[in-house]
Amino acid sequence: MAGKTLYDKLWDSHLVLERDDGSALLYVDRHILHEVTSPQAFEGLRMAGRKPWRLDMNIATPDHNISTNRHERESGVSGISDPTSRIQVKTLDDNCEFFGIKEFKMNEIGQGIVHVMGPELGVTMPGMTVVCGDSHTATHGALGCLAHGIGTSEVEHVLATQCLVAKKMKNLRVTIDGELGFGVTPKDVVLAIIGKIGTAGGSGCAIEFAGSTFATMSIEGRMTVCNMAIEAGARVGLMAVDEKTIDYVEGRKFAPKTEVWDQAKTYWKTLVSDSDARFDFEVEINAEEIAPQVSWGTSPEMVSAVSGNVPLISNQTTSEQKESLRRALEYMGLEEGQVISSISIDRVFIGSCTNSRIEDMRAAALIAKGRKKADTVKQVLVVPGSQMVKIQAEAEGLHEIFLDAGMEWREPGCSMCLAMNADKLGAGEHCASTSNRNFEGRQGIGGRTHLMSPMMAAAAAVSGHIIDVREMLAEEIQ
Amino acid sequence: MRAFLRHTGLVGPMDRANVDTDMIIPKQFLKSIKRSGFGVNLFDELRYLDEGEPGQDCSTRPQNMNFALNEPRYAGASILLTRKNFGCGSSREHAPWALDDYGFRVIIAPSFADIFYNNCLKNGLLPVILSEKEVEFLFKELYRINGFCLSVDLTKSEVIMDSGGIFKFHIDEFSRDYLIKGLDEIGVTLQSSETIKRYEIKRASQHPWIFGAIE
Ligand code: SF4
Repeated sequence: MAGKTLYDKLWDSHLVLERDDGSALLYVDRHILHEVTSPQAFEGLRMAGRKPWRLDMNIATPDHNISTNRHERESGVSGISDPTSRIQVKTLDDNCEFFGIKEFKMNEIGQGIVHVMGPELGVTMPGMTVVCGDSHTATHGALGCLAHGIGTSEVEHVLATQCLVAKKMKNLRVTIDGELGFGVTPKDVVLAIIGKIGTAGGSGCAIEFAGSTFATMSIEGRMTVCNMAIEAGARVGLMAVDEKTIDYVEGRKFAPKTEVWDQAKTYWKTLVSDSDARFDFEVEINAEEIAPQVSWGTSPEMVSAVSGNVPLISNQTTSEQKESLRRALEYMGLEEGQVISSISIDRVFIGSCTNSRIEDMRAAALIAKGRKKADTVKQVLVVPGSQMVKIQAEAEGLHEIFLDAGMEWREPGCSMCLAMNADKLGAGEHCASTSNRNFEGRQGIGGRTHLMSPMMAAAAAVSGHIIDVREMLAEEIQ
Repeated sequence: MRAFLRHTGLVGPMDRANVDTDMIIPKQFLKSIKRSGFGVNLFDELRYLDEGEPGQDCSTRPQNMNFALNEPRYAGASILLTRKNFGCGSSREHAPWALDDYGFRVIIAPSFADIFYNNCLKNGLLPVILSEKEVEFLFKELYRINGFCLSVDLTKSEVIMDSGGIFKFHIDEFSRDYLIKGLDEIGVTLQSSETIKRYEIKRASQHPWIFGAIE
């Protein structure tokens, strides 16, 4: 019999019941809740007279539509100026209070974007199943978890039963070996993967990211990669556990201590795919071929090396591809064949669950240091992913670097990743963004998103247009 | 959940690939804490010419007459025909709520994003996967024939044309069963409470650090 993949192992160890009809009940170890996708689930529980199955697997925090503006935050929930956002955040507080669910409230240490907060507090740990009513839950897979997004009906189901009705996915392995080039970051790696396999390339699959490139990558970098599995169509992205994973978890707030720690560690070390495991699909990429990436279109697969050009319509094969390219270019206000680095930038957003951890802040600060935001750039938002990231960044003086460069240093939250709060793009504005989605209107109606790494976004902020960050880094070295 | 057995209705087009959930229901409407009332804002940015805000009276807003579903011939459509990877992007269940509230009962596409597909099933909305070719054919028929209707029979897993043409589709047996019977999924799972408890006891002895950490 062939060995098991990491996904197979996680599936098997959480299997509560296989039903005759082919569905399975999978046990859920961690359920993270936020203000947007939970109210109807709590209401459903209440209407059916049900209670949460247990409390110690749930944790909540508001992130999506809270303000990142310090003054607005200081006045607490009642000070949230948008009345609908205020009701939603208040509803989360009330529901957590009513049902007894642990919540890190808006201004509490611990609060943050769900996928930044979970790992940094040791809420999520290797070998767990993690779900959240948010599609970027695969982020936690970087720790060797089986983690994915769920809908609101499933949020209610998990609250009530601690289980998820699931169907086994297929195994896809993306192997990248080799050393990343100078100035090439985990964000570039994942954008290059999506560019290669497409936004539906991982449909129905759990993607395991394997190879020496990931082995040498930091845990935060691995989170950036797993985070965007959904942009490749896969609900699940995950990576093997190694010493780095274990070192990362050690000492975190909710991580085990003493003898239990040793017991956990022994188990976690088994969380790798067996050498004879069979994958349904395999993709291989050479790390050396990956350059800093920039998305030019309205889907994450519409991405190119920064040195590249926007594609030509005549080079598309099917009429559907031609039409979709034409539509994307019209929305983005770009010409076919245009040089990517000629695109001017109006706003910059450094943040989101993809790139708002301390390493991302440091990378952006490295470029911002001693430089100034270009005059033509209207705004540069630097938004730490959590209260803990903010505290750490401030302790390192990074916020001063950003402020000196004419950038804004904000309070933790999703911010301009999705425009559910005051941080938005205006129609027609181009944004260098470290977030994960460039769909039409994602960052504001008519807004034009260019996805890239924190260093690349900071470089765009100081030069006023998209630029290969390696040029700046080379200057630095000279 | 509402049961789904068979449905016959007018077909409406959403002729583009990769329609994401933000296109289906833009984020500003997600601040509602209710499950209903999203229908008037379905495809909001495509459907209206002005910027949509929660709580507006949509009947007085300027409509985008270039948006197919605004054409009178598609008024009252209850089957949506669309292209591949429909429902990609955010996991918001507000997307199927909006489609349902608008009046759609069936969505036909060559493929769906996983989470969206699941979310539809939980709401008695039937996602039907047909091949690219079949979908292409149906688009042609839809544009050719005024008042183009289809029947969808879940008990037989068939899409049936008035002309007699039949397309078979695949759906998981358990999903089909839930839909046909309109089962309350939580209720069904809770029938296995004892099994879940036994699992927890075993797991707590093997992996004690999972339990009791968050308080
Ligand atoms: S940062 Fe963006 S992608 Fe991440 S959870 Fe928030 S809204 Fe979703």
